[in-house]
Formats: sequence, structure tokens, C-alpha cells
Amino acid sequence: MWTFLHKLSSPPHFYDLAARMIPWLAGSALLLITYGTIAGLFFAPPDYQQGDSFRIIYVHVPAAYLSMMAYAVLAVSAGIGLIWRIKLAHAVAAGAAPLGAWFTFLALVTGSIWGRPMWGTWWEWGDPRLTSELILLFLYFGYMALRAAIDDTAKADRASAVLALAGAVNLPIIHFSVEWWSSLHQGPTLIREGGPAIAAEMLWPLLAMILGFSLLFGALLLARVRTEVLIRERRAKWVRKLVYPEETA
Amino acid sequence: MNAPHLPRMFDGLVAVIRRDLELAWRRPGDVLNPLFFFAIVSTLFPLAVGPDAEQLALNGPGVLWVAALLAALLSLNSLFLNDYEDGSLEQMLLSPQPLPLLALAKSMSHWLVSGLPLVILSPLIAMSFQMPARATTVMMLTLALGTVSFSLLGSIGAGLTVGLNRGNALLSLLILPLAMPVLIFGARTVSLAAADDAVSAGLYFLGAYCMLALTLAPFATAAALKISNE
Repeated sequence: MWTFLHKLSSPPHFYDLAARMIPWLAGSALLLITYGTIAGLFFAPPDYQQGDSFRIIYVHVPAAYLSMMAYAVLAVSAGIGLIWRIKLAHAVAAGAAPLGAWFTFLALVTGSIWGRPMWGTWWEWGDPRLTSELILLFLYFGYMALRAAIDDTAKADRASAVLALAGAVNLPIIHFSVEWWSSLHQGPTLIREGGPAIAAEMLWPLLAMILGFSLLFGALLLARVRTEVLIRERRAKWVRKLVYPEETA
Repeated sequence: MNAPHLPRMFDGLVAVIRRDLELAWRRPGDVLNPLFFFAIVSTLFPLAVGPDAEQLALNGPGVLWVAALLAALLSLNSLFLNDYEDGSLEQMLLSPQPLPLLALAKSMSHWLVSGLPLVILSPLIAMSFQMPARATTVMMLTLALGTVSFSLLGSIGAGLTVGLNRGNALLSLLILPLAMPVLIFGARTVSLAAADDAVSAGLYFLGAYCMLALTLAPFATAAALKISNE
């Protein structure tokens, strides 16, 4: 187990392993997302309250789920990088941030599009989840801005890791406080927890989409981290060998 | 009989606070400018929104809280900057005193210089927003707890951005999202007090948040300072 982890954290080994994993992850993601899209859009019955507009959950829920998942990946790998000084973990954190920001953005946009017919507004401050997603997006922006502002990679890694951890401690508090705040608003309660018990024909495509999005996230993350590793190790011998095979042969 | 005086754990903390207060005393502009900023921003709102007393009373808590946060943010940028430039920050990093305690001292003196005057000034501005007496008391309490938390949280951001020459806007981007719980609870609690509602939940929360920040933030700040000065 430990030797496996040790080997994994060595950049060249990771680079090869990731290259072998990406097609599998991407392929199964494609299958699941195709199934989820077709089944969700054409075969799931329309919701008895929301009609066909509920179908946006097949994008919205996975995106929202991954926006938080990505932050968890970011914070955990930042912590690992900070504590055990594993460079690869920092590369993972660096790769996860833009992906997470995009998923957060996607969740916000789809939520807003869905809110238009449901609540009658593009934006509803009364919904706590919408507001905390927005704050999450700002957290991602802050993280990426700090990273971009520091030229030295090792320093940027460690500084942004501290920020990521501070954000991770704060996130549950932010979520809770936003919930407390909006519960006083007596906002529109059109959004009902769970709504009507979800039918199996609706649920399966949703689960497939969530899993498919997660696998897609994995594939994209690995691809990003591979690039990140190449940039960071650009002076290492194995990268030279990779780029100029004829030179060292 | 006089044993040689060995530095004790809190000596550094006391010394840093004393020095920072003395510096602030000799350069009163640094203390006054955020206060003026606070007063001016709170004046901008009635001018923008209109003089309607009812509306001002409704928006007063939120306006005051936003203005207070921005004023505290204004002075955060220079929290470590002077020490960084004249090398005393490096001396703090090298000193045998525990760095988290020194970081705590910096946050505390920041609060004494920027937070406490805000709390003292705020009733005057609250009065112009037609805030009732009970709400004003609650507001001072929430501002006191909130600005302590903000000084502590902000010191993490200030520590991370200290060596960067374009740190100012970056600092707001880092700190303001993290400070949102404080703003939410602070402003809502004052609004509740103005509506004669129960306020203990908000006050407890702010107190708890302040304790959490007191416990964790100095360590994060110390780590941040070490990273940005290595």
C-alpha cells in the first residue's frame, strides 16, 4: 500500500498511469452521460408540478454536486501537499480549482435558467443553496487569483493551500449562515425538499448523470494534472526524454 | 538576587501590541482614515437611496455593517506591510517567541486601532439612520465581536499577500467571501433587534465564530507569514 502510494506520488509514474486511466474514465463517463441524457430527456416522465422544465436537474444536480466535490478534492490535496510536502498533491489542487469553478458556474447558470420558469426570476436571494454556490464561486476565484499572483510555484502551492484550508473550515459555516439568513426571509417555498417522491424512471438517469459527471471530472482532472506535472517538471530528465526522444537515444 | 530575566511566552505578544499602539499614536492618520472612510461610506447610502426615514431605518444595519467591513479591510492591507518593509517581520519570524502568538498580537493591535474606534463611532452613525436604542446596543455588540473575527480572518489574507506588490485587490477577493458569515449574522441580528425580535441566536453565533477565529486564525496566519517570507 505505502509503496504504491509512494510510487504514485512520483511524477513520471503518475504521468504514465494517468495516461492509461484517462481513456477508461472518459469512455465510461461518455457512456453514462449519453444514457443519462437520452433517458432523462426522452424517457423520464414529466414532473406533475414542473412539467418538462424539471429536466434541467440532469445537468444541474451533477454540476452542483461536483462543485462541492471539487472543493473537497482541492482542500484535501492541498492539505496533503502542505503537511507531507508532496508536490503532486499540489498539482492536483491546482488542477481541481478551475474545474470546480466551472462546475460551480454551470450549477449557477442552470439553477438560474431553471429558476426563471419556476420562481419567475433569474435570481432568488431567498434560496440558500443558490447563494452559497455563489460564495463558493468567489472562493474558487480567490484561490486561483492568489495562485496566479505568486510567481514562485512552490510558494504559490503552499500559500494557496493555506487559503484552501481556511476556506474548507469556513464553507460549512457559510452554508449554515446563509441558510439561517434566508430562513428569516420567508422566501418563496416553491422549491420543496424532494418534491414528490422521485420516480425510478427519473432517478436512474439522474444517478447515471451524477456518476458520469464524476468520472468526467476525474478524466479532466487527470488530464489537467498531467499538463501541470509536465510544466512543473520541465527541467527534469524524464520530461526531456519525453519531448526529445531522439536526443537522448 | 535578581535572576536574569528570561523572556516568557507572552512577552512578545505584549511587546508587539505596545509597539503597534505606539506607532498608531504617532501616526494618527492611519487610525483616522478608516474612520473617515466608514463615516463617508455610510453617508453615501442615504444620498444614493434617498432621505426617506423609514427606508433608512430598514437599510441602516446592513449599510453600517458593509461600511464597517470595508473600513476594516482598508487598513488590513498595511497590517504586515510596514513590518515587512523595514525588516521587523523577519525579526519576528526569527525570534524564539511562538509565531502564532505574535500573529495574534498583530491581529489584536489591528483591532484596537481599527475595530474598536469603529465600534465607538458607530452609534453616532446609527442615530442618523433612526436606529432605536436597543438596536444600537446590539449593533455595538455585534460590531465588536464581528470586527475581532474580521481582524483575525483578515490577518490570514494579509499574511498570504504580504510580499506581493499587487496585494490590495487580491486581499479583498481572498477575505470577503470568508467573512460573509460574520456579515450575515451581524447585519441580520441588528435588523432583528430593530424589529424587537430575539437576538440571542445571532449573538451566540458571532461569539462562537469569534472564538473559533481566535483559536485557529493565529496558526494559519503564522503559517502564511512563514510561507510568504521563505
